[in-house]
Amino acid sequence: MTKNKLADRAATVFFWAMGLLIIAILAWFLIRILGRGLPHLSWSFLTGRPSEVRAGGGVGPQLFNTFYILFLSLLFSLPIGIGSGIYLAVYARKNRFTELVRVSVEALSSVPSIVFGLFGALLFVNWLGFKFSILAGAATLSLLNLPVLVRVTEDAIRSVPASYWEASLALGSTRWQAVRKVLIPSSLPTLITGVTLVAGRALGETALLIYTAGLSVSRKVPDFDPMAMGETLALHLWYSGSSSLAPDAKEIADASAALLVLIVLGLNLLIAIPGRIIQKKLSGR
Amino acid sequence: MAYQSLNTQTEPQTREAARWTGRQHGYDRWMRRLFAISATAVTAVIFAIVLFVGWQGAQTFKDVSFTDFFFSTEWNPSSDNPSFGAFPFLYSTVLLTLLSVVLAVPLALSGAIFMAKIAPRWMREILRPAADLFVGIPSVVYGLIGLTVLVPFLGKLFGSQGYGILPAAIILAVMILPTILSISEDALRSLPGRLEEASLALGATRWQTIWRVLLPATMPGIMTGVILGMGRAIGETMAVFMVIGNSPKIPGSLLDSTTVLTTAIVKDMGNTFYGTPWNNALYLMALVLLLLSLGLILLIRVVAKRREQA
Repeated sequence: MTKNKLADRAATVFFWAMGLLIIAILAWFLIRILGRGLPHLSWSFLTGRPSEVRAGGGVGPQLFNTFYILFLSLLFSLPIGIGSGIYLAVYARKNRFTELVRVSVEALSSVPSIVFGLFGALLFVNWLGFKFSILAGAATLSLLNLPVLVRVTEDAIRSVPASYWEASLALGSTRWQAVRKVLIPSSLPTLITGVTLVAGRALGETALLIYTAGLSVSRKVPDFDPMAMGETLALHLWYSGSSSLAPDAKEIADASAALLVLIVLGLNLLIAIPGRIIQKKLSGR
Repeated sequence: MAYQSLNTQTEPQTREAARWTGRQHGYDRWMRRLFAISATAVTAVIFAIVLFVGWQGAQTFKDVSFTDFFFSTEWNPSSDNPSFGAFPFLYSTVLLTLLSVVLAVPLALSGAIFMAKIAPRWMREILRPAADLFVGIPSVVYGLIGLTVLVPFLGKLFGSQGYGILPAAIILAVMILPTILSISEDALRSLPGRLEEASLALGATRWQTIWRVLLPATMPGIMTGVILGMGRAIGETMAVFMVIGNSPKIPGSLLDSTTVLTTAIVKDMGNTFYGTPWNNALYLMALVLLLLSLGLILLIRVVAKRREQA
């Protein structure tokens, strides 16, 4: 008996240690990235132009491109992603076609991002003649967003109690009226959280963008021309970390990493918290 | 339909209402069609990817034989008599994926058990967002940590350059940890409570219950998590690129510079022109990656089906 008890104690201690270790690894990551990078963050870094060979380059155009590409990719993928999610949650019957859509979404979410990148380089850059551009990058990125958006939407719509849907139809609404006036508003907080996740993933994407958006930036800042080259912050970080010639490439990489992590953290806080408030409001109290 | 018969009445208000209802039904039909079209579009995307990448990749076989590509270790695409043997990349990809899973699983599984069965509420509320944050950190940032911390550290420790499969596997292990952890945790939580209660009522300790009852029962769920983690490890590009060294050869040891499929594509894509055998070979590698990932998804479906039958 004592032996078993002892083993049980030991196991408990072990699992606590493992749990703490996981937190410690993350904390170390954050401290290391922010601690190294934050001192280099300055206004001139955030808005300045990158420099190829001299020290003191900034990331202004990259920062702009990051959000511009994110915005465009969401613009392309949100309607289709949310539409398919609604289709699966509301309209789909149990048949071959539905099964095919489900398998496709699963398969699409398993495609490595470099494969999306090559597909984009083939279709958008080469065949459609977009060249290396913000547009080609955003179009390819929107394909990566699609499967997650579909799943997030379907889950969000399904999490609405069935009684809402039934009550709406019983009052004589059409299905589209019920979707627009009941299902979407009441699943909005979950939906927003899901879109945040997608956005966070898209912000840090690199492998997909190297050969679609390209590795240089337009001379103008900000340049809204979607045909301009569109190096993003994450790409610039990769470039500075591995092959830049600038003497302060290390500092630029550190600062870009810190900035990227700050943006992801901020995005989570900014959207997750209002999401929770809306949820409270909608649930009545 | 019922609302059309209202049209026979002459009062303008009723007619207006009937028209409104009719319009709503029209919208309903159109929206239904739109939703079905977007679902079809999503399906079309994956087929287009397989088709286009597959077609472009298959062009390789015009210049390179099947056996040369998959079994030759000679990768020398830019010489006058070019050779396109991708075996070293395949070999390193498999080795790297397996090693990173081996490194990640013990920690991830312990974390899952801790969160599902042992941790008090407040601890869970720290760990869960922490795991989400792990997922949210972009892969280049992981790569930078690997490049600036792990590679110098391993280099000093073993007296080599420090690049190779080992640092890449460690970085990947951290990256796939949250995937395996959260799926295993969900699987553990979804077990019926009676399993645990029966075991405890028979006098088993908590550890005995976890080890002999809960873990075996939740095996299919854990497998799903591990396979998804493998998929992420196979496809990861940038973090691996920064720490693996990028020599196109079979590594002599875990700390010898080598190349995997994903990094081979990134490294060479910029040097090639569309339509050349070299460029096509890169598309063929992408096709291999794609088929590997799709194969893993099929495997998950098989595991899930077995779980339903059990």
